[in-house]
Amino acid sequence: MNFRAFEENLFKLFMVVSLILVMGSLLLVFAIVIYKGASALSIEMITQVPQGGYYLGKGGGILNAIIGSLYLAGGAIVLATVVSLPVAWYMNQFTGRSRYVSILRDILDVACGIPSLIYGAFVFLIIIGLSQRTSLFWGIITVALFIAPILIRAMDEVMQTVSHRLKEASYALGATEMETLFHVVTRQALPGIITAIILAFGRGIGDAAAVLFTAGYTDSIPTSLSDPVATLPLAIFFQLSAPFPEVQARAYASSIILLVIVLLLSIISRMISKKTARYVIK
Amino acid sequence: MSLIKDRNRREKIIKTLLLVPTIGIGLLVIVIAASLYLRSEQILSLYPLTDLLFSSNWRPLAGEFGFLPFIMGTIWVTCLSMLISIPISILTAIYLSEYAHQRIRKSIQPFVDLLAGIPSVVFGLFAVLLIVPLIRDYLGPFFGAATSGFSILAGGLILSIMIFPILISISFEVLQMVPTETREAALALGATRWEAIKHVVLRMAYPGLIAAIVLGFSRAFGETMAVLMVVGNVPIIPQSLFDPGYPIPALIANNYGEMMSIPVYDSALMFAALLLLFVVVFFVVISKVMLLRFRRGRA
Amino acid sequence: METHIEIRNYNLSIDGKEILKNITLEIPKNQITAIIGPSGCGKSTLLRSMNRMNDLVEGLKYTGTIKIDGNNILNKDQDVISLRRMTGMISQTPNPLPMSIFDNVIYGPKIHGLKDKKAMSQIVEQCLTRVGLWNEVADRLSDPASKLSLGQQQRLCLARSLANEPEVLLCDETTSALDPISAKIIEKELIELKKDYTILFVTHILRQAKRLADHVVFLYFGEVIEAGPAEEVFVHPKDPRTQQYLEGVFG
Repeated sequence: MNFRAFEENLFKLFMVVSLILVMGSLLLVFAIVIYKGASALSIEMITQVPQGGYYLGKGGGILNAIIGSLYLAGGAIVLATVVSLPVAWYMNQFTGRSRYVSILRDILDVACGIPSLIYGAFVFLIIIGLSQRTSLFWGIITVALFIAPILIRAMDEVMQTVSHRLKEASYALGATEMETLFHVVTRQALPGIITAIILAFGRGIGDAAAVLFTAGYTDSIPTSLSDPVATLPLAIFFQLSAPFPEVQARAYASSIILLVIVLLLSIISRMISKKTARYVIK
Repeated sequence: MSLIKDRNRREKIIKTLLLVPTIGIGLLVIVIAASLYLRSEQILSLYPLTDLLFSSNWRPLAGEFGFLPFIMGTIWVTCLSMLISIPISILTAIYLSEYAHQRIRKSIQPFVDLLAGIPSVVFGLFAVLLIVPLIRDYLGPFFGAATSGFSILAGGLILSIMIFPILISISFEVLQMVPTETREAALALGATRWEAIKHVVLRMAYPGLIAAIVLGFSRAFGETMAVLMVVGNVPIIPQSLFDPGYPIPALIANNYGEMMSIPVYDSALMFAALLLLFVVVFFVVISKVMLLRFRRGRA
Repeated sequence: METHIEIRNYNLSIDGKEILKNITLEIPKNQITAIIGPSGCGKSTLLRSMNRMNDLVEGLKYTGTIKIDGNNILNKDQDVISLRRMTGMISQTPNPLPMSIFDNVIYGPKIHGLKDKKAMSQIVEQCLTRVGLWNEVADRLSDPASKLSLGQQQRLCLARSLANEPEVLLCDETTSALDPISAKIIEKELIELKKDYTILFVTHILRQAKRLADHVVFLYFGEVIEAGPAEEVFVHPKDPRTQQYLEGVFG
């Protein structure tokens, strides 16, 4: 037994400890949230909007936030996808290397790194400038803005992995660059694209900072784009800030709901990925 | 023949149309920076930049806007989180890349992704439930500090957990990019696995690892909700880990409501946002430079 | 011997490095022309010049003319799409598209505007029969192409090219990645197909060239050393280098 082997085993120990810490934190987060929130979780929570005095401990639920989040993130992901897919296509049309596209990728990476709070501040300036009010519409715009760079890069990455030989096969048969992009590249990259969209949706639903100053908050379910809208993360935040333990407990329960949504999205994306991979060439 | 002319024309039209959203998104960062700057002009014209950045007097109602407490708060929390997260994440990445079986790797992957997907508020909630009491009731007294638990330490701890996924995944990818031949060469010369990693793999990978760390930094800098919920939000310069702090994102998020009613306050907050933007952009650029170095070093 | 493709003073360079030097050739119609030579001598590059796939490579420059049926395809005004319809290419490793078997075969005609479903089914059946795949896949046309074996995939790629009704078939080491049995099948098909198509076949396997070729081009470091009918080149080579190559001295 010498120093070298000892050093290796020592570091291996450190590594395993690190891994345990990481996995452990994940488990701990789920465990604590579920443990604390399970008692307050009830059918009313997911089927009712806050009744009068909800924040003082009286009846109701967070249906407003659940539906609100779904509307907001749903609208945002549709908008973001409509913008992102064309940009990803644009970036992948060239067979060679394009300086402009490289620069664009760098700009997008920077945009990805900008905190969602800043996007919120930016849209807030627009709202003020146009003398508008916070609403579902602006919330959608904000979330779409901040997930678009992430979505574009994710789609771009998948499209880039499409083997050049597939594209060549298409060109050799007389297809144009765009035709190849639409019929071959996108189809090959489809599982990855769909995963990217679903994950972006997850980020949109979970974000509070962006919608903090652009979407408003309300106890009712919005009926039009100009209504303010409640979102799950903000609902959790506000309930937690209330001085009543019953309301705080509801915050934990709301977190369970949010976690369940995130978990579901993760599972769904994996399933859909497998399904759409049918025609993909390995 | 005309059908082909149509296709060629259609191709050109589509390519031009695609340019529209592309240029739009490309200009996004600049537009955001410009808007924030325009709004900051007011406060920048009223006070010299050095006062803003280095004064610790934060009394907006009296017209005093010293950002130092917030800058320091951000630095304390971010540095603490990086200090905790870097060794753990890199060791985990090394383990996954160099030692773990394919099967273990495949099964850990979804969990790391799940950790990445947990919303910020839920982390904040968790921190309020577990970390804050832990600090208040055990860690604080152990070190002889009287603290409410809402502190830099709480912020740093929860932030470190939140950046595990990004540090681990980028480090892992970087390590994977080191060619197998390099490892094998070292092993063939009689090095242990760990020595091969230490002397060869890490040496090759280190610019890429720096890139990962820098990106983690930028993510930690901008993280808002979770930190806001546990860091105390008191505008003082922290003197110890157990003091409360007030990072810049928390400042902006907490006060946007008042900012329209107090003069110059909105400009001040937008200036804070601009600062944040600059720092984050700076870090991302550095990480790209490091990644470029890494790729060149590999070739 | 009727000339289908005429190449005159064709030079090609990549980033300044000369790959093909002063190529002058006449490719006969409806025959199999084998392009032989040591690896890395520009055989594939020459092949890819015929359908201007080389245009996709950066830093690539060429001069000279390549005329198919008298029409210079290197002309700036040449419509590359219709050129590629006229020339079918089958590469070394099969590259099926991420679609069903049916969609793979009909991809070319669909792109070029075919909409009639009945015509599509006819074409698919015809082409798959032509390459001997019909019986093997007729009952699972909507299966992903990736499910086929390598040999079947290559035949699929051949069928796919045929669906476009080309005049020229460009085969780049088409059987090199296949097992001997699949290779034999494809060779047999090519011999059948030459009745209707002009076939250029790049190969580094001399025995294969001897089996298939009617006409031979020996390419050595980017230059045409010798070209002519197979019996002449194989039995009575004029250039000593050709002789050496045939004896296996290099490549």
